[in-house]
Amino acid sequence: MQEFFHSVTLDWDKCKGCINCIKRCPTEAIRVRNKKAYIIAERCIDCGECIRVCPHHAKRATCDSLDILKNYSYTIALPAPSFMAQFNNLEDVDIVLNALIAFGFNEVYEVAKAAEIVSAATRKLMATHDLPRPVISSACPAVTRLIRVRFPGLIDHVLPLHAPIEVAARVAKREAAEKTGLPPEKIGAIFISPCPAKVTATKMPLGTDVSAVDGVVAVSDIYSKLLPLMHHDSIEYMSETGKIGLSWGSSGGECSGLINDNYLAADGIENVIRVLEDLEDEKFRDVDFIELNACSGGCVGGVLNVENPYVAKTKLYRIRKHLPVSLNHLETADLVDGDLDWDTPLEFVPVLKLDENVWEAMMKMEQVEEILQSLEGLDCGSCGAPSCRALAEDVVRGLASIDDCIFRCKNHDDVPAPFRTGGEEKGE
Amino acid sequence: MSVLKWTYEVDGTDFTRAGEASSNLKKKLRALGIPAEVIRKVSIALYEGEINMVIHADGGVITIEMSPDRIDMILADHGKGIPDIEQAMQAGWSTAADEVRSLGFGAGMGLPNMKKNSDEMRIESTVGVGTTVYMTVYINGGPKKADA
Repeated sequence: MQEFFHSVTLDWDKCKGCINCIKRCPTEAIRVRNKKAYIIAERCIDCGECIRVCPHHAKRATCDSLDILKNYSYTIALPAPSFMAQFNNLEDVDIVLNALIAFGFNEVYEVAKAAEIVSAATRKLMATHDLPRPVISSACPAVTRLIRVRFPGLIDHVLPLHAPIEVAARVAKREAAEKTGLPPEKIGAIFISPCPAKVTATKMPLGTDVSAVDGVVAVSDIYSKLLPLMHHDSIEYMSETGKIGLSWGSSGGECSGLINDNYLAADGIENVIRVLEDLEDEKFRDVDFIELNACSGGCVGGVLNVENPYVAKTKLYRIRKHLPVSLNHLETADLVDGDLDWDTPLEFVPVLKLDENVWEAMMKMEQVEEILQSLEGLDCGSCGAPSCRALAEDVVRGLASIDDCIFRCKNHDDVPAPFRTGGEEKGE
Repeated sequence: MSVLKWTYEVDGTDFTRAGEASSNLKKKLRALGIPAEVIRKVSIALYEGEINMVIHADGGVITIEMSPDRIDMILADHGKGIPDIEQAMQAGWSTAADEVRSLGFGAGMGLPNMKKNSDEMRIESTVGVGTTVYMTVYINGGPKKADA
């Protein structure tokens, strides 16, 4: 099995051992033991929900520091579409792109540009009808990872194209190598990311063995350094993006790039899971394409962004208003084989199963059910597992004890008088 | 232990809860490491069955019996029964009320979909007494399906 790298990690000192994160984790990947949270590596999909919910800021995303620029002779900034929605009163994307150059990057390649190419490639692929319907977007790495561990039946539906950031890095690095004559290892393609899952996606990519992205810098790290460099006058025209590219920054944007009404876009990890469950039951019959974003609002809702997601969404609408529909097309894009298509198929990783052997798994499940019967069913999380079922499974897997349940230590007859009145005694 | 057995009460009065049994069973089958294709067939067949129980029979009881080589699903209701099973099995045949159709159900594909997604299916029904549907899905192939 592939080794698991994760961007989402825990700051041991800050963790108080509360249960906020374990309850929110969509893959039940976190347990609290001895007043500290632990992340079960093979289950984590780096969605960042725990970062969002932790009141003590003990969960963090491991990104590259801005010092990474020093490692390369020539650096390319790859700003995400949602990055353009982080600034107040921004009327022109070029102001941000120029500021990135002023900051020290040698070149900027908008991820939105690559997004328009991916939109065009998706339209072309959809027209061939080679993929089972509905096709599911592969752009959100947390969703792709979720499908890989939890929805094996839907793996065939996942769009086998690289996400825009990967395409952007591949094209930009090749163009820069041709232009500068430098070897690829001297050129650094640095993603300005709203998202911890994108860090994981570059270190341990799905769909290919090695990502062309050399570093991932958090939006929140570069934001304040860029503000003093943003000027309205004497800026160079740089942006080569239309409406479709920028739209990818918020939920529904990728869909709108398909120029087809038969789509569905869901955002927020809980909503995504509900859609995937329904999809598995074949409840959607007339949908061609499904866009799913783990963050509420789409990439504008990424935990590394600085602006409120809904304000950012409005800003994105405003910036793209007067742009042409699309400025990048498959016919004119400078592509080679492998820029767009996955070369490694997505494979199911059964991290949630109880045992390799079905018979053993059934015996264990029977034990799980038995233990579950003996628990209160309050899903309080005090044992350190997110639900009573999760505790029961942990016990059977040998990872917890049934005595971790605090209700097993309590005397239930010892109820103070004011709380003793039951339903039928009311009104007496 | 020869089989695992689970029962689900299907509430016939609450349309929004239809699908709870199939969703719950799906999680269990995943934890058991059952192949994706088998899980897919079981959840679709069971989901269609649940919807039928809610639309036509005011609910009922689902019993799942699972052994390492097969999953048996028994869906029993005390609804109005099916007068002509052969006719009910035809794709497009439906007696669903207009209000159900307006929700996108009642297309007459329920029973055909259940048959398509199970390896064996048998219906016992008495008008005025109720209907019991028996469906089996084999794990790792099992005996070949008699008719396609």
